[in-house]
Amino acid sequence: MANIWVEGKTYAANGEQNLLHACLSLGFDLPYFCWHPALGSVGACRQCAVKQFKDEKDTHGKLVMACMTPASEGARISIADPEAVEFRKAIVEGLMQNHPHDCPVCDEGGECHLQDMTLMTGHDYRAYRFEKRTFRNQYLGPLVNHEMNRCIQCYRCVRYYSDYAGGKDLNAFAMRDIVYFGRDRDGVLESEFSGNLVEICPTGVFTDATLKRHYTRKWDLQFAPSVCAHCGLGCNISPAERYDSLRRVVNRFNYEVNGYFLCDRGRYGYEFVNSPQRITAPTRRGESISTAEAESQLELLANGRVLGIGSPRASLESNFALRRLVGAERFFAGISQTEHALLARMRDILQSGRLRSASLRDVERSDAVLILGEDVPNTAPRMALSVRQAVRQQPLEAAEALKIPLWLDQGVRHALQDRRGPLYIATPVATRLDEIATETFRLAPDDIARFALDLPERIVQAMHGAKRRLVIAGSSLAGESIVRAAARAAESLHADIAFIMPEPNSLGLSMMGADSLDAALEAVGDDAVRNDAIDTVIVLENDLYRRAPRERVDRFLGAVGNVIVLDHLANETTAKANLLLPAATFAESDGTFISSEGRAQRFFQVYVAPGAIQESWRWLDPAEPRPSGSGLQKPGFENLDDLIGELITSMPVFAPIRAAAPPAGFRMNGARIPREPDRFSGRTAMFAQISVHDPAPPEDRDSPLAFSMEGATKQPPAPLIPFFWAPNWNSIQSVNKFQDEVGEGLRGGSSGVRMFERNGQGAERDAGAPPPPFEPRENEWLIVPIHHIFGSEELSRHAQALAELAPAPFLALNQDDAARLHSQAGDVLEALGVRVPLRIDASLPRGVAGLLGVPGLPLPAWSEIARL
Amino acid sequence: MTETPLTKNIRPGAPPFDIGDYERAGGYEGLRKALTMTPQQVIAEVKASNLRGRGGAGFPTGLKWSFVPLGKDAPHPKYLICNADEMEPGTFKDRLLMEADPHQLVEGVAIASYAIEADVAFIFVRGEYILSGERLTRAIAEAYEHRYLGRDILGSGYSLEMYVHMSAGRYMCGDETGLLNALEGKRANPRWKPPFPPVVGLFGKPTIVNNVETLCCVPHILSHGANWFRDLSRTGDGGTKLYGASGKVKRPGLWELPMGTPIREILYEYAGGMRDGVEFRGLLPGGASTDFLTIEHLDVPMDFTEVQKAGSRMGTGTMIVLDDKTCPVGMTWNLTQFFARESCGWCVPCWSGLAWCERILRAMEEGHGESGDIEKLEFHAKMMGPGNTFCALAPGAAEPLQSAIKYFREDFESHIRDKHCAWRT
Repeated sequence: MANIWVEGKTYAANGEQNLLHACLSLGFDLPYFCWHPALGSVGACRQCAVKQFKDEKDTHGKLVMACMTPASEGARISIADPEAVEFRKAIVEGLMQNHPHDCPVCDEGGECHLQDMTLMTGHDYRAYRFEKRTFRNQYLGPLVNHEMNRCIQCYRCVRYYSDYAGGKDLNAFAMRDIVYFGRDRDGVLESEFSGNLVEICPTGVFTDATLKRHYTRKWDLQFAPSVCAHCGLGCNISPAERYDSLRRVVNRFNYEVNGYFLCDRGRYGYEFVNSPQRITAPTRRGESISTAEAESQLELLANGRVLGIGSPRASLESNFALRRLVGAERFFAGISQTEHALLARMRDILQSGRLRSASLRDVERSDAVLILGEDVPNTAPRMALSVRQAVRQQPLEAAEALKIPLWLDQGVRHALQDRRGPLYIATPVATRLDEIATETFRLAPDDIARFALDLPERIVQAMHGAKRRLVIAGSSLAGESIVRAAARAAESLHADIAFIMPEPNSLGLSMMGADSLDAALEAVGDDAVRNDAIDTVIVLENDLYRRAPRERVDRFLGAVGNVIVLDHLANETTAKANLLLPAATFAESDGTFISSEGRAQRFFQVYVAPGAIQESWRWLDPAEPRPSGSGLQKPGFENLDDLIGELITSMPVFAPIRAAAPPAGFRMNGARIPREPDRFSGRTAMFAQISVHDPAPPEDRDSPLAFSMEGATKQPPAPLIPFFWAPNWNSIQSVNKFQDEVGEGLRGGSSGVRMFERNGQGAERDAGAPPPPFEPRENEWLIVPIHHIFGSEELSRHAQALAELAPAPFLALNQDDAARLHSQAGDVLEALGVRVPLRIDASLPRGVAGLLGVPGLPLPAWSEIARL
Repeated sequence: MTETPLTKNIRPGAPPFDIGDYERAGGYEGLRKALTMTPQQVIAEVKASNLRGRGGAGFPTGLKWSFVPLGKDAPHPKYLICNADEMEPGTFKDRLLMEADPHQLVEGVAIASYAIEADVAFIFVRGEYILSGERLTRAIAEAYEHRYLGRDILGSGYSLEMYVHMSAGRYMCGDETGLLNALEGKRANPRWKPPFPPVVGLFGKPTIVNNVETLCCVPHILSHGANWFRDLSRTGDGGTKLYGASGKVKRPGLWELPMGTPIREILYEYAGGMRDGVEFRGLLPGGASTDFLTIEHLDVPMDFTEVQKAGSRMGTGTMIVLDDKTCPVGMTWNLTQFFARESCGWCVPCWSGLAWCERILRAMEEGHGESGDIEKLEFHAKMMGPGNTFCALAPGAAEPLQSAIKYFREDFESHIRDKHCAWRT
């Protein structure tokens, strides 16, 4: 710590920081643009000028840029010094010289850092009387809108996009007052993290192109703290709603998980909620029925001999409600046996406490990384951004040795140039992280396991030379041998492990200990059970056709007779439902996911879903008391906490999840936490065309949040922060005001509870015998799955913007294998009963083919490939 | 021994010396001498010579070199860069040295490289200086053939690779750190210091950037000694200086004179005084980015210290002369237009302030000046002051602007009052 003097008063500040960072952490409103807690200082905008004095006798002082000046012991500054105030005012005027002042028609208006800073500096009259420069805007794809006239040349966009996220196609062009931030030509931004530009840009140059289609000002949106449902990482998000439609997702800062950034799947996947494929009403054999009818139907059918199939994309609560309804022995996990075994293996490893499960923050801080089997940018995209920071960790030590403060971003980058710490990647197919890897290995899945069990000495050396080692592995190649080998490698290297699991609750579902979908499919096929006459199946938020081969699912659904399906979007399984119930999405429900890190996190209802849509756990637990003698297991429960209580009683392994968020009865000074900003407008008028009566806001018995702008005014605990907003700080930069130290964790701690910690115990894990080496076959190929950030995940595929970016299915072969088949790129090939065009991918090993975009096939699998 | 070491081999109108002529004239003796010394001894000799950087800032050259880590543990490769991106308006001294005696520069670069144990040297040449580039390229090739460059130079064990790099052509490339970025293939934005280039320079390695004229002095310091070099000067700063004059003088040109030669002597004895029919009004002593001096300053000796005392900077030592038939507002507009155009667009006071000033000055010239405009210009000049901006471009741009208003305020006022530029017909 360092004592610094601000306006003659002494404060304890972090001496490792610059003065801007320190002043913001101390709560001072010092305006800035080019600085960002994740990006450091470059001194471009000159907005954070303060007066610095040599000592107490110095009354003259000199202007310094706070962001470029260390908060060293005894530093004396004045923010209020008239010269500094005048300078900052003039800087904003300069920044605004060419700005179009189009706030009323700008999507950023109302949450614009430029607006906030302009007001903060007191600049209110435009003296510049000459013509403003104007630009032609570019088409940057369906995710990010471009309006360059608003640009203030702070360089944050390129520093984030290129320097931080490793993008190559967004650059600064030209110079003087006409610097242009864009691509060399129109086109879709290539980075899978492009959406963060929307939050990084301090004004409306880069805005959310999906929000634009259903635009609403921040102050008119209703928010809730939520968790991304589009992969297993559990990034924290603030989804926002108005008029019963989900309008956008912005980042919800979680120091331990996503920090300041999301991936594009996470930011834009939300649009599936508004999809025309949404199931909005209960139907019986295709006919709409009332909720009451649906509930009595459900009750009737559920009285029979019922089997329940859960889902890794449904909450713990919904899965538990189904399990409770049908009985533990007749509850199945709804994932293939292969995936089931794989998840169980990863779960066991984490539960044993032998290895530490790395959070995304830990990944970012790792200084040597070994990736086994995972195409991280496509299977756990946000983790790829963390890996990009991890390779900087070792070189950063060199910068420290040169006494360059780490916040001095430019100096650090000039000193480090392209130096990177150790990163080794072993996958069957090239990944977008290869460009920053020390070395890459293109191997078949079994060979990846063999590789991990017998790492080359240079890799062992490099890993041992590091302080915070990390092994990343996961389920995407369905290779249990890889997972076992990864755990063994992590143990022998004394590394942390980061497992990648595909869905938001894959780990939670696995912890419930149910049997796999294959077991359910077999159970019905089995004569004995058939004689026991299973006559009904309840499928929870799960398209079985993505989980198992078509004929098996067909046979199964045909055999059981009564098919009850709860889901959000119409799919092949819902098409088979006798009774179809509209299930609330993550945005319309409360629940708990356990991320692949092992972090239990609660997500909350953003809004009450319109019409008959309700949370699956509510459908599965009709509020009415049951007639005695019913086959159902229990009476109804009071609220979510009650359900969680039962869940924990039933499965004590889940005991920690209670602490994932405060209970429904939690109040702050007796008040609930508002989901709507203070300035939320039109509450009494929004639905006036339906009724002129002021509708009472819906009651929320499941959470301490209110569907209102009224309520607690203080900062809620992290799991209950619906949106970031603070007096004078209307933009997302207001996160600063929720942190004790800017850039560090939220006041009061990060969201989520870690279910597993390393305990130093646990037996030496037996990695088993290494699998035999991969041998290419004469007339068959090993077909491995290829994943894509846009398209491989079930729900986000239905988001309008992401659907545009999702690649069409293809089968990939290297050029030699393609030649063996006398095929060229684009030729239609048939394998495993599907016909897809060929793509040449030189990175694939010989004898291995990659298949993208055909869910439901048990991959990897050997198959002949025929040219049609 | 010559009193004009830098130009002694230069014969106007004739091609430059090839390596044979250059050697016969005593060339490469400085390098030979240096190779018999330790790098520390070379640095000490240059320090003792009081050589100050001729690029404009006047930083002591030997001192700069001494910041480079030497010896076994020093990071490698290290770089020596000759800044030959001469783009300061009114400045054309380095061009003469490169076109007319390229071996002198090659030798200077080689000695400087040896002094800092550099592995690679670049001569970063202004893009438009095509002839300089060609002649240097040829000179370097000859030097390689004669083992003054390459592996194991003259059997000394010291190796150096030298390259000519033609600039893509922006004023900012001539800034020490903008040059480093440009050479790395990046935008020519300036870098923050610290870390300083001698520690973290090109590609993150220790790097020295010196001006052409500075490096051309070095062979002579080594050949003839620091004392001799110091004594060439009339003041404390060592050596001779290439002084130039442009504007409506009788004989615009370039002369090598003792450091500290008074302005009056340069202007009247060498440049021949003002052309007939025009009166002297003022001058920018060292290129476009220095403050105006006027008639009262004519006896100021042209060296780094004395010109600074007079309220300006010697800069490159090539003066631009303003006469009474030229509009000072128009001249300021012209210069500001240049600086506004060449602003890299990094920091706000520069890119926005210069653009604004340029538009005000144009408006004045075109008869659209408004009351308050002068105050606005003065305010921007203050905003662009040292420390307020990221690099020295904007403070340099502010110098002619603020001093033009100071010395020619009445002319600015008349432009606004009369809604007309009196120099325009």
